[in-house]
Amino acid sequence: MSAWETVIGLEIHAQLATRSKIFSGSATAYGAPPNAQASLVDLGYPGVLPVLNAEAVRMAVKLGLAINARIATQSVFARKNYFYPDLPKGYQISQYEQPIVAAGALDIVLDDGEVKRIGITRAHLEEDAGKSLHEALPGVTGIDLNRAGTPLVEIVSEPHLRSAKEAVAYMKKVHTLVRYLEICDGNMQEGSFRCDANVSVRRSGAHQLGTRAEIKNLNSFRFVERAINYEVARQIETLESGRAVVQETRLYDPDRGETRSMRSKEEANDYRYFPDPDLLPVVLDAAFIEQVRATLPELPDQKAARFASQYGLSAYDAGVLTGSRELAAYYEDVVRELPQEPKLAANWVMGELAAALNKENLEVGCGRLPAARLAGLLRRISDQTISGKIAKEVFETMWSGGASADAVIDAQGLRQITDTAAIERVIDEVMARNPAQLAEYRAGKDKLFGFFVGQVMKATAGKANPAQLNELLRKKLA
Amino acid sequence: MSGWHTGTLAQLAADLRARKFSSVELVRAFLARIDASQATLNAFISVTREQALSDAAAADRALAAGSAGALTGVPIAHKDIFCTQGVRTTCGSRMLDNFVSPYDATVVAKLKGAGAVMLGKTNMDEFAMGSSSETSFYGPVRNPWNPQLVPGGSSGGSAAAVAARLIPGATATDTGGSIRQPAALCGITGIKPTYGRVSRYGMIAFASSLDQGGVLTASAADAALLLREMAGFDANDSTSVDTPVPDYVAALEQPLAGLKVGLLREFFDKGLDAQNEQRVREALKVYEQLGARLTEVSLPNLPLSVPVYYVVAPAECSSNLARFDGVRFGHRCESPRDLTDLYRRSRGEGFGAEVKRRIMTGTYVLSAGYYDAYYLKAQRVRQLINADFTRAFASVDVLMGPTTPTPAFAIGAKTSDPITMYLNDIYTIGANLAGLPAVSIPCGFVQGLPVGLQIVGPHFSEARVLSAAHAFQRVTDWHTRVPQGYA
Amino acid sequence: MALTREQIASIAALARLDLTASEFPVYQDSLSRILDFVGALDRAHTADVAPMSHPLAGLSQRLRPDVVSEQDRHEHYQANAPQVAAGLYLVPKVIE
Repeated sequence: MSAWETVIGLEIHAQLATRSKIFSGSATAYGAPPNAQASLVDLGYPGVLPVLNAEAVRMAVKLGLAINARIATQSVFARKNYFYPDLPKGYQISQYEQPIVAAGALDIVLDDGEVKRIGITRAHLEEDAGKSLHEALPGVTGIDLNRAGTPLVEIVSEPHLRSAKEAVAYMKKVHTLVRYLEICDGNMQEGSFRCDANVSVRRSGAHQLGTRAEIKNLNSFRFVERAINYEVARQIETLESGRAVVQETRLYDPDRGETRSMRSKEEANDYRYFPDPDLLPVVLDAAFIEQVRATLPELPDQKAARFASQYGLSAYDAGVLTGSRELAAYYEDVVRELPQEPKLAANWVMGELAAALNKENLEVGCGRLPAARLAGLLRRISDQTISGKIAKEVFETMWSGGASADAVIDAQGLRQITDTAAIERVIDEVMARNPAQLAEYRAGKDKLFGFFVGQVMKATAGKANPAQLNELLRKKLA
Repeated sequence: MSGWHTGTLAQLAADLRARKFSSVELVRAFLARIDASQATLNAFISVTREQALSDAAAADRALAAGSAGALTGVPIAHKDIFCTQGVRTTCGSRMLDNFVSPYDATVVAKLKGAGAVMLGKTNMDEFAMGSSSETSFYGPVRNPWNPQLVPGGSSGGSAAAVAARLIPGATATDTGGSIRQPAALCGITGIKPTYGRVSRYGMIAFASSLDQGGVLTASAADAALLLREMAGFDANDSTSVDTPVPDYVAALEQPLAGLKVGLLREFFDKGLDAQNEQRVREALKVYEQLGARLTEVSLPNLPLSVPVYYVVAPAECSSNLARFDGVRFGHRCESPRDLTDLYRRSRGEGFGAEVKRRIMTGTYVLSAGYYDAYYLKAQRVRQLINADFTRAFASVDVLMGPTTPTPAFAIGAKTSDPITMYLNDIYTIGANLAGLPAVSIPCGFVQGLPVGLQIVGPHFSEARVLSAAHAFQRVTDWHTRVPQGYA
Repeated sequence: MALTREQIASIAALARLDLTASEFPVYQDSLSRILDFVGALDRAHTADVAPMSHPLAGLSQRLRPDVVSEQDRHEHYQANAPQVAAGLYLVPKVIE
C-alpha cells in the first residue's frame, strides 16, 4: 500500500471533423500551405464577425448524448482574452459558464477487469489557435493560421483517475468513442486529438487535493503514460524532501523522458472571460436533440456487450473486437459468412489478421483481405480440409498474393489427409524407421509420443489431420 | 447648376435620372467643395478622387441605359470606420494609418449596389471613442457653424461634411450617441437604427453590443432613403436581424395625429442648458399643433446609463482592440526586441490617449476580482434601464427630448477631465443600451448654434420615428439652414 | 477609488500597452476618476436582475451550414502584413 495517492484529471481537445471551420467558411483539411486556409475572419481582420457552424453543434451534442450528459438547452460563447501570435483576435472564442454539454460519464475497464466509472465534468465548443513555427526561419517565429478557427470540443474529466494506466485507458476510451461517433478522426500525429493532464499527489487517505501541475499537449498514449509517471515521481520526490509542489504548466520532453516547467500558472494570464457580444446564445430545442440522437451509432460498450452475449466471447475479446467500428464491422462480416464459428473468427481477427495489419501499418478497412476471403479460409479449418497450422501458411500466401483460400490450397496441394488408411501407412513407415524410440516408448517413455507425431507430420508435410493422427497413433503404438 | 449642393439626396437622385446633369459633373463639383473646405473643417481623411470619377462615369452609363437604381450617381461619404476595399481605412488612428482594407463592409457594398458614388472617408474620433472628433490622429474636425467649436463625435467628419453641404449624405456609427450628438451640434438629421437592423460586418468594432451603423443627412426624408438601402439581414453578422426592411420612404407621410409622445422627466434635468431646453420645448409645441399628445414619463434608472456605458463599452473595446498587435496588419514598432516588446510598443505607439484609457478601464473591469462588481453589475443595471424603456413604450409611441445638454463647445474645452466629456452623451446613451432606434433633428438655434431634438422609438420602429421627424420638417425649416460660407 | 502606480502598470501589462513615465500619473488620475464615477452603479438594486448581454432579448444564434466558402487568398491578405516570409507571418522568436 503506497504512502501516496495519485490524482489525475484529463482535458482532451478533439478537433471536430467538420468540412469548414467553427466560425468561418474556411476549409479544415490538414496539410495546406501556410495561411492558404486563413480567411479574414480567421485572421481577425478589423470588422469581421463569427458565424456558428451547425455541424459543430450537432457533433458536440452527439458526444454529450454518448456520455449520458445533459445537453444545455441554452449555451453561451465566451471570450478568453490573452495575447499570443497564433491567436489572431487576441481572444479565443470558447465557452465558460454555460457549456453546451454538462456532466456525463464514461466507463473504463481496468487491468484486472474491474469496470470504473470516470466522471466527465463538462464538454464545450471552442476554436483552435494557429501554429507557431519556431524552427522555420532563423531568429524569428513564423505564424501559420490555417488551424486557427478549427472547431474543438474540450472534454474535461473529473479528477477520478488514480494512475497513469487509468488515464491511458480513459483517453483510449474517449479516442474510440469520438471515432465511433465520426466526430473526430483521432489522428494524434496530425494533432486532431490532444490531451492535457492535471496531476497531483496526496498522502493516502487524505481528502484534500494536492497542488497540481498541468502537463500540456500530450499527443500519444505512450507519452501520456510516461509523462504522468515521471511527474508523479517528481512530485513525490519534491514533497518527501520537504519542498512544495508549484502550481504550473509543464511540457513533456519525449527525448529526455521528463516534464519541465513552461510558466507559472499564477503569473500567466487573467483571461477576463465575458460572454461574446458578437454571438447570441445557442438555443437547442428537444426536436434538435432528438434528431441528433437518431444519428447515434451502436456505442462501443453496447456493441461489446452484444458481441459477448451474441457470439459467446469473453469480455476481453469483445472489447478488443469493438475497438473500432471498422474492426467490429469486419468481424461481423466474417461471422455472417461462417455463423457457426464466432470464436474461431475472433481468434483469427485478433491474431493473424491484426498482426499482419500492424506489421505493415495498415487499417482494417484497407481492403487487403476482405472479410469474405478470411471467412473462406476459416471455413476450410472448420470443415477440416486443412489444419489450423497449415491455415497459417495459407493465410500468408493469401495476404501477399490476394488469392482465395481454395485457390491456394489447391495450388499447393495442402489438403489435409483424412484417409485413415493413408495415415496408417505413414504411421507404419515411421514406426518401422524408428525401432529404438518405439521400444523406449513401449517401455514407458510417454514423452516420445510427440516425437512420433512430429515424424508423421514431417512425412506428410504437415497435412495429416491431427485429431485422426493422434487417435490412430495411440492405437498403433500401444 | 446653382444651389445643387443644397439639394436633397432624393432630389439629386431624381435630377440625375432626369439627366439634368451628369454624375461626373456632380461629383466634380462636390469634390471641389471638399477640397476648398479641408484646411478649415478637416472633415475628410481620404478623398478618393479617381475612383469617384470612375464610378460616376459608370453611373452615367447606367443612367443613360435606363438601368439606374435608387441612388445611382449620388455622391456619399463613408465614416472611416467602414472597411472599403482597396481604399485606406484608418478609423482615425495611427494604428491603421497604413491599412488598406481587402474587403468592403456590407454597408459599403449595399450602397455601392444601390449605385451611390463614394467620394471619400470621413474623419472621426479615434476608434469611435469620443464626443468631439478631437482625438483623431489626423487632427480635429471643426464645426462649420463656428470653426473654433467641435462638430461633436465620434462621427464629426460625416456631420461637418453634410452640414457644410460637401456631401448630401454620409454613413456614420453610433455607440453612445456618435451619430445623434454630432447631428445636433451641426444642425442636421441623424439616425441610429435598432440594434441588428444594419449589418456590423466590416464596421470596425468598438463596443459590439452597442455599435450600430446609421446615416447623417440634411433631412429625415434623405435618411429614410439611405437607410432603406443600407439596412437588412446579413448572414455574415450573427447579430443581424432577419426581418424585412420596410420602405421607409413610402412610410414618411404616415399621419402624425394622435401620436403619443412621452417626455422623459430624466431628460429635462439640471444638466440641460436653459436655452437648449427652450428650443426643445418650442419644437414640442409644434408637435402638439400637429396633433401629438404629450405626456410625462419617468425612466428612474436612466441616470445610471452613463456609468453603465463606461463599464460595458470599455470592457468590450478592450477585447475588440486586442487584435491590433502589429502582427498581421496595422502599425508595427521599429526593431522589436521580443514578442512582448512588439506588442507593447506597437500598441503604445499606435493608439492615442483616449483609446488607451478605455482599453485600460475595460481591462480593469473585466479582470479577476472586479468582473462581478463592475461588468456584471453594469449589465444588470442595463437590464433595469431596458425594462424602464419597455414600460414607457407600453403607454407612449415615442419618447422626445433634447439630444445634448448644450450646443457645440470649444475645441480643447473638455479634454482635461474625461467625465465632463462623457456627460455629453447623457441623453443619447440609453437608446444604445436598449438597442432602440433614435433620431436627432435640428429644432432651432442658441446664439447661432444648432440645437437638436431627439426622438426615440421601440425596436424596429424606424418608419414611425422617421415619419414623425419628417412631419416636423414639413412645417419647419431648421433643417434647410446652411452655415455661413457654405450656402 | 485611487489606483496605485503598480495597478496601472499591471493593467498596462495585461493590455500590452507601453506607457511613458509621464503617462502613469495621467492614467492613474483619469482611471481613478472613471472608477469613482461608475461606482454610482452600487446604488442600483440588482439582486434578482439578470445581466443583459444583448439588446435583442429572446433571439438565438443562427446556425450556418457546414460548407467551405473561402478560397486561398493569402497573398491578397498578406499585402498588409508588416513582415511575411514563405507565407508565414513573422514575429520575434518566441521561446516556450
